[in-house]
Amino acid sequence: MLLFLMASGLTVIFSMLGVLNFAHASFYMLGAFFGFQISRWIGFWPALLIAPPLVGAIGAAVERYGLRPVHKNGHVAELLFTFGLAFAIEEVVQIIWGKSPVDFRVPPVLDFPAFTIFSTNYPAYKMFMLLVSIVIFAGLLIVLKKTRIGLIVQAALTHPHMVGHLGHNVGRIFMLVFGVGTALAAVAGVIAGPALVTQSNMAGLLGPILFVVVVVGGLGSLPGAFIASLLIGLVQTFAVSMDGSLASAFGPLGPGNKNPFVADIWNVTIAQIAPIMPYFLLVLILIVRPMGLLGKRES
Amino acid sequence: MSDLSNAAASPGSIGTAKLRFYGWWIATAAVLVVLPYIFRSGGALTAFSLVGISIIFSLSYNILLGQTGMLSFGHAVYYGLGGFLAIHGMNLIAGLKLPVPLPLVPLIGALAGLFFAAILGWVSTRRSGTAFAMISLGVAELVASSALILRSFFGGEAGVSANRTKLLRVFDLNFGSQIQIYYLVAFWTLIAAIAMYALTRTPLGRMCNAVRDNPERVQFVGYDPHVVRYLAFCFAGFFAGIAGALAAINFEIANSAYLGAVQSGTVLFATYIGGVGFFIGPIVGAIFVTLLSLGLSDLTSVWQLYFGIFFIAVVMFAPGGITGLLMMHRSLLKAGTLGRVLPSYLIAFVPTLAMVAGLMLAIETIVHYTVNPGDDPNTKAFGIPFDASSPITWVLATVLIIVGFFLARKSWTRVGRAWDDATTVAREKGVHA
Repeated sequence: MLLFLMASGLTVIFSMLGVLNFAHASFYMLGAFFGFQISRWIGFWPALLIAPPLVGAIGAAVERYGLRPVHKNGHVAELLFTFGLAFAIEEVVQIIWGKSPVDFRVPPVLDFPAFTIFSTNYPAYKMFMLLVSIVIFAGLLIVLKKTRIGLIVQAALTHPHMVGHLGHNVGRIFMLVFGVGTALAAVAGVIAGPALVTQSNMAGLLGPILFVVVVVGGLGSLPGAFIASLLIGLVQTFAVSMDGSLASAFGPLGPGNKNPFVADIWNVTIAQIAPIMPYFLLVLILIVRPMGLLGKRES
Repeated sequence: MSDLSNAAASPGSIGTAKLRFYGWWIATAAVLVVLPYIFRSGGALTAFSLVGISIIFSLSYNILLGQTGMLSFGHAVYYGLGGFLAIHGMNLIAGLKLPVPLPLVPLIGALAGLFFAAILGWVSTRRSGTAFAMISLGVAELVASSALILRSFFGGEAGVSANRTKLLRVFDLNFGSQIQIYYLVAFWTLIAAIAMYALTRTPLGRMCNAVRDNPERVQFVGYDPHVVRYLAFCFAGFFAGIAGALAAINFEIANSAYLGAVQSGTVLFATYIGGVGFFIGPIVGAIFVTLLSLGLSDLTSVWQLYFGIFFIAVVMFAPGGITGLLMMHRSLLKAGTLGRVLPSYLIAFVPTLAMVAGLMLAIETIVHYTVNPGDDPNTKAFGIPFDASSPITWVLATVLIIVGFFLARKSWTRVGRAWDDATTVAREKGVHA
């Protein structure tokens, strides 16, 4: 679900501006670290409110002063710009907060098991994360589809000049969209920070999976991103909890493994390959359906 | 490069154009031969070897990015797999005592790169543009993660090592010393560079450019852009494999870092900073980035940050890279109006430098406070000592940044005006800008 929260921000930015924001995971990381720092000073709940607008402001500034001048050089330049940005943000975070994980704790209000299934405690904080994600998703959908603001934003995407003629500041709309997208990533960062580990490589860990979600779901498709993030989340979770390998599947029927290389493939357990499952899924989907699950044909 | 084809138009100048063309390559070869006699230290030789490897790798990357317009985030996969297979090949050759000398080992890497590019490329190149970039990233992660799982082949964290001196000796070369490795790398760099330059001149190379510029039109003409992209991808994998194998020979080890995202990022930086628009660009970029990373890492602890900021600056202000910037001035040079721009450059240079110096001072001071706050405040960066705790440093940094920024902005507007002026004059003289 967290994956979806991230992917939604990325998809919104992509479908609005046509820019795949490589630094999206970096803004998520910035959100987590800002959240950590603010929660240290004044507590978790203010941090949840303050950190996302801060990161969103940074994102908007990046769009205004960084991305827009690059825009005339084409999509590759924009992608490269965000790539360089991701690199620089990681370095800055390393300089300020160091390389080791910081002590970002779950707020005590939510630090209790919500319910118990098969003697495993399900933490209330996870429920909270789920709730926040759903609320934000619903809010985003309503704002985009049902309100006047959403209408203008959608129009600015397809007919920027016309919207400009009608008296709207298209540049500012784009800047706002980018800011909101990065703020969404920051929300994800603040609520994920305590649950996962807050450290300087968290962007690097999450980033590639995020792009897999976006590509598998179909570039620019919000429902596609939703389905893909569920799919990948489930695949990963199930893979981790399963303990089987080709060797155990075939049991005594398997051939004798003299060659160590073959033995490696033969004995690897599903839990071990869990980290590469999303990428495997990506390749599979692309063979069957190059435009992604719900993507439109390449225009 | 373009003036070569222009010159070839008139029959009388074909001879001189050819002479100039071959002259360039021969001069390059001569420089490569002489270089170790000028810089004799072992460190310099190692650096040159690394530069050579990096040149092949960047050039192969530019087949994708520059020629075909495919932004790949996973080019290191073919580099790394080339390196791994070269290491395994060396072990196998030494073990079975096969009559294969070391200079041929890069071919193993090349074939490995070609093989894996041929397998993975078909899926990757189905889409172009942003989707291709994401797919290449996914494939790169897939391979890099697999490398840690398949331990017996990739050697886990530690990697696989080999001994390059155990192979068959030809002309009594044992490749134990760095100078012999340097010549091996130089030889392959030259071969690979010539081959890749030749590739850009073939019909396939031209079709790659066409696919980059207008894939729809290519379809109308009767080509399949997917196939063209795929072929370019295979060639890129082939040459990346050579670079990987050379790196494996140089270090006598291959580990999973060869395949990783850092390696892919570095080659992207090198190629783009050098300039993707010209054949020479990646070469310049590879030299620049390799020497910079070797040199800067001695001078400051946060060199990667500078590197990232520099890259962003290049993307924003010089999308053509270093060579792109230099080539912009060629028409002015021809028309003789370069003199009009140079003074304003000089004026703009001072505040820009001040701003950069201020930024660096600020970064170094902040770094000093966050990374090692307990240390002596009289710290050093770039060999220049300064006092990180004194308010003078802080004020100086702030003043340099702010004043530098405003003056630089003013002076660069001036440069823009002088530039327009100079190009107008150049155009009036009949030189194409």
